Amino acid sequence: MSIWSYANPRKFLDTTEPWVPRLMWLSAAVLAVGLVWGFFFTPEAERFGSSVKIIYLHVPSALMAINAWLMMLVASLIWLVRRHHVSALAARAAAPIGMVMTLIALVTGAIWGQPMWGTWWAWDPRLTSFLILFLFYLGYIALWAAIPDPDSAADLTSVLCLVGSVFAILSRYAVNFWNQGLHQGASLSLDAQENVADVFWLPLLVCMAGFVLLFVALVLLRTGTEIRARRITALRARARRAEPVRA
Amino acid sequence: MRALLARDLRLAVRAGGGFGLGLAFFLIVVVLVPFGVGPETAILARIAPGILWVAALLAALLSLDRIFALDHEDGSLPLLATAPLPLEMLALAKALAHWITTGLPLVVAAPVLGVLLHLPGAAMPWLLVSLALGTPALSLIGTFGAALTVGLRRGGLLLSLIVLPLYVPVLIFGAEAARRGAEGLPAATSLLLLAGIGLGCAALLPFATAAALRVTLR
Repeated sequence: MSIWSYANPRKFLDTTEPWVPRLMWLSAAVLAVGLVWGFFFTPEAERFGSSVKIIYLHVPSALMAINAWLMMLVASLIWLVRRHHVSALAARAAAPIGMVMTLIALVTGAIWGQPMWGTWWAWDPRLTSFLILFLFYLGYIALWAAIPDPDSAADLTSVLCLVGSVFAILSRYAVNFWNQGLHQGASLSLDAQENVADVFWLPLLVCMAGFVLLFVALVLLRTGTEIRARRITALRARARRAEPVRA
Repeated sequence: MRALLARDLRLAVRAGGGFGLGLAFFLIVVVLVPFGVGPETAILARIAPGILWVAALLAALLSLDRIFALDHEDGSLPLLATAPLPLEMLALAKALAHWITTGLPLVVAAPVLGVLLHLPGAAMPWLLVSLALGTPALSLIGTFGAALTVGLRRGGLLLSLIVLPLYVPVLIFGAEAARRGAEGLPAATSLLLLAGIGLGCAALLPFATAAALRVTLR
């Protein structure tokens, strides 16, 4: 049995439905552990004071903001190649979540930036490219909402997602070229010599796991909702066709 | 393809609205800027390259929805699609026609408006070259956006929302080249990158545009 058998909406719903509440509880538990650990049981970093604690929301949401777009890209490719409706609907379901994650990353970044850099906003490459990513999400969601025919909407948004990905990456490097900024470099890469100290790294890892679980749960939930909404539309259309023509 | 290009150009000139409108818009935006930021020569000269670039971008945006909308309304788009010309070439021809009717006049008009904004003379060639290299990319990206939204009622606003984020890299490198030219810094890197984006768009985006058109015409 291949993974493609889950492209059947019925089977997808039957399989994922019991997992949604479980994943929700799991992510809530993991996030509670990570946030409580991070907020109350880590020392205050030198130079940062207690403002460093917002990192436990800022970094995981930024991570998911990018990963949500990656997931949409993969789902769009699957839709374009194999025409599985569940895949297109999953991409549609992930977009608002990714947009909210981008917003959380921007807002927590602004709150963090105020005491650290003395400013809410700076035209820094990372900040700017996140703002641009936010605009990409907006355009993608607006295009989904604007096209009445579901198949055309899925096709056109998939093409937009592919082209948008290329331009998002291009913008990322373009803004790097454009302005050097305040944001520190990556502090958590796996191959770097110097990473954040373990006291901060471990609760942060727990929080990132919690955000990933939350994202998966929300995507499954919203995909299920989209499938149901599609089904209701189809049933209504069928009922309208079945109605006898009144004289 | 040549016939299609000629047809589009003739339509743009004779149907009115399309040809001069972008240019007039460009002029008005540039004239409004001094009212907004004040008439000091030093400030205007410093922001002139950026203003001219943003104004050119907005002017190009203004006429995008006409690329396919008119053909879609009168039903000639399906006819064009069934012609022996591949849809990809159609997309390229449309983008080229759009560039000739909007991008090229903007490039020609930019130095005159640069004088209005006290753009230093040394920056003129850089501004011209950057606009000449950047506006074709704007037309190509815009044609893609227009293909995505063709057939939608009130697609104009949505078109701007989709296309503007895609314009970001072009704007960055274009304005950067013009700014560096104005300040006497080496600008060749940004120009090369800008040309690279333009060529990449010309090579790849017609396929995306054609894919979008096929979906719309299905």
